[in-house]
Amino acid sequence: MGTLYNDKTPFTRVFLFTGLALMAVGLIFGLIGGLQYLVPSFLKAQLSFDKIRPLHVSSMVFWIIMAAMGCVLTYIEEHTGRKLYSARLAKVQFGFFLFAILSIFSSYVMRIFGGREYWEFPPMLAIPIILGWILFLINFLLSIRTLKNQPVYVWMWLTGVFFFLFTFLESYLWLIPYFRNNVVNDMTIQWKSYGSIVGSWNMLIYGSSIFFMDKISGDKKYSRSPIAFAIYFLGLFNLMFNWGHHIYTLPTHSFIKHISYAVSMTELLLLGRIIYLWKSSLSTTQKHYHQPGYRFMAAADVWIFLNLILAITMSVPAINIYTHGTHITVAHAMGTTIGINSMILLAMIYDIMANSGRKIIPFKQSLKFGYWLANISLFVFWVALIIVGILKARWQMSVDQEPFGSMMSQLRPFFMIFLGSGTTLAIGFLTVISILLTQKPLSQST
Amino acid sequence: MRFDTTITGVFATLLIAFLGYSFYLYADLPQQNGPVSPQVAQGKLLWQQHNCSACHQVYGLGGYLGPDLTNVYSRRGSDFIRGFLQAGVNTMPAFHLSEQDMEALLAYLKNIDQSGNADPRQFIPQTYGHIVQR
Ligand code: HEC
Ligand code: HEM
Repeated sequence: MGTLYNDKTPFTRVFLFTGLALMAVGLIFGLIGGLQYLVPSFLKAQLSFDKIRPLHVSSMVFWIIMAAMGCVLTYIEEHTGRKLYSARLAKVQFGFFLFAILSIFSSYVMRIFGGREYWEFPPMLAIPIILGWILFLINFLLSIRTLKNQPVYVWMWLTGVFFFLFTFLESYLWLIPYFRNNVVNDMTIQWKSYGSIVGSWNMLIYGSSIFFMDKISGDKKYSRSPIAFAIYFLGLFNLMFNWGHHIYTLPTHSFIKHISYAVSMTELLLLGRIIYLWKSSLSTTQKHYHQPGYRFMAAADVWIFLNLILAITMSVPAINIYTHGTHITVAHAMGTTIGINSMILLAMIYDIMANSGRKIIPFKQSLKFGYWLANISLFVFWVALIIVGILKARWQMSVDQEPFGSMMSQLRPFFMIFLGSGTTLAIGFLTVISILLTQKPLSQST
Repeated sequence: MRFDTTITGVFATLLIAFLGYSFYLYADLPQQNGPVSPQVAQGKLLWQQHNCSACHQVYGLGGYLGPDLTNVYSRRGSDFIRGFLQAGVNTMPAFHLSEQDMEALLAYLKNIDQSGNADPRQFIPQTYGHIVQR
């Protein structure tokens, strides 16, 4: 299958390269931010924390989005056995995104903010993103052609592509005074959209990963099985209705909170299934252990398990009042975007590169080093954030709160661990990224 | 074929439920939604333009370097906030705002303060894991 699409649309790989480059800069911004937790004056004049946070978060969000788009575009061709409907459309799509990303970074550096969490750039810059995404949607639909008899991953891609557009537009409803005049109303709709946006890119990534696993195992039964569709619908149900777990403390409609609490708990089914299948997935792991791409998938499995437990716990309102507004939320956000999204994307990028006439790197030496360093560091990083969160939760709930500043200075030792493990995490990932980016092409004939 | 119909059916049902829920919420926003004074509206834009949420939370959502500011207006009063913004501290930059902008930002902080209470200590856990506000 690999050679079949060598001559298809290699341009889609540019999305992956750009994504990897964004991840590399994002890591550096993250390190600067972590250092500013400890040394507030560090780079304060040039890149103060109000610039660094959006630079870091946007780099990472665009790493995920670019890489997810690149994987979907590539795998569509493999799935259909045809070229994309239009390579030119994909190029224009890429152009819109590149323009948006460069403009967004410049606006942050010049302190021109739109100031909405996660999309902190001026609203104008959402326009190229929306246009680029519409081209993606068109190209996707015309390349797939039909929904008849499609495996689950095509449905997941469709869901991701459609819902990202819908929820991204929804996150700009605040431009209308009716939605922004009251802070509670504004935040309700804002977090409704954010909750689902993350679910949307997860659909693109998980869908691609199912395609990838089918390919590795050579078994296409799973992606057409009722259980695969049941899990997909469970995910879709959560994407649509669980977002209220972000706003339990907001004085919004109480039915939103009840619905979200109930819907979030359905994820226990997923957790149960993972535990139930643990043994058999272990034997699959052993079977494909020699495949480097598979190693990253195996790591993602462990991170899914750990983060799912954390997420379900945080979704219980009586626990959420402790964890909300603390670094436990950051542990959840980075735990999932790094441990799950980034690991899966790296696995697939590895696979795609290996299939596009580049030399396959065995899972040895520096790749192995980078992989283990990143995963072990991530564990320490994640635990440090959870501990910081627990300590802040204790402070938040204490009757006689000491001043915020002195609470934060007591947390310094843990911020040091956060920065230290963040540094080794970054070294690990940068090693992996540099290997992927400098992979030598095989001789032209392959 | 039958399998396809089931899938399309479930998908369509969920989609309709989602769109219904979404548009219901747009039409029936949770709080009384009167127009706000131009000053408060201006204050909100300033809050966003200065990216206060990179370091601060409102109702527990935002960045984590600084404290939650939902109820800072009633907790600290306008004079304290004014002084804090003008002077800054090592972790927070000083903001050199015009008098008009300062008034607007304060009006916004007062506005969010009046929208509710974000203190997690006022919630009482229920046996089934939910919470009620005191
Ligand atoms: C670079 C991060 C950063 C940015 C940006 C920032 N702040 Fe702060 N702010 C802090 C930190 C940290 C503290 C806590 C300082 C301390 O008490 O040690 C703080 C404290 C405050 C306080 C005092 C809170 C209290 O209860 O003592 C107010 C009021 C405040 N900030 C308002 C704002 C406003 C308004 C903006 C936007 C115009 C803003 N801040 C932007 C970091 C920031
Ligand atoms: C692939 C790697 C990474 C990804 C995908 C990632 C992603 C993210 C995301 C999504 C957030 C927002 C969290 C939230 O709002 O709850 C965040 C915040 C942050 N990250 Fe990362 N991150 C990565 C690596 C790092 C590293 C190596 C560091 C270095 C210490 C770091 C430091 C930070 C800091 C300081 C914040 C801001 C926390 C705050 O608001 O105070 N990140 N990151």
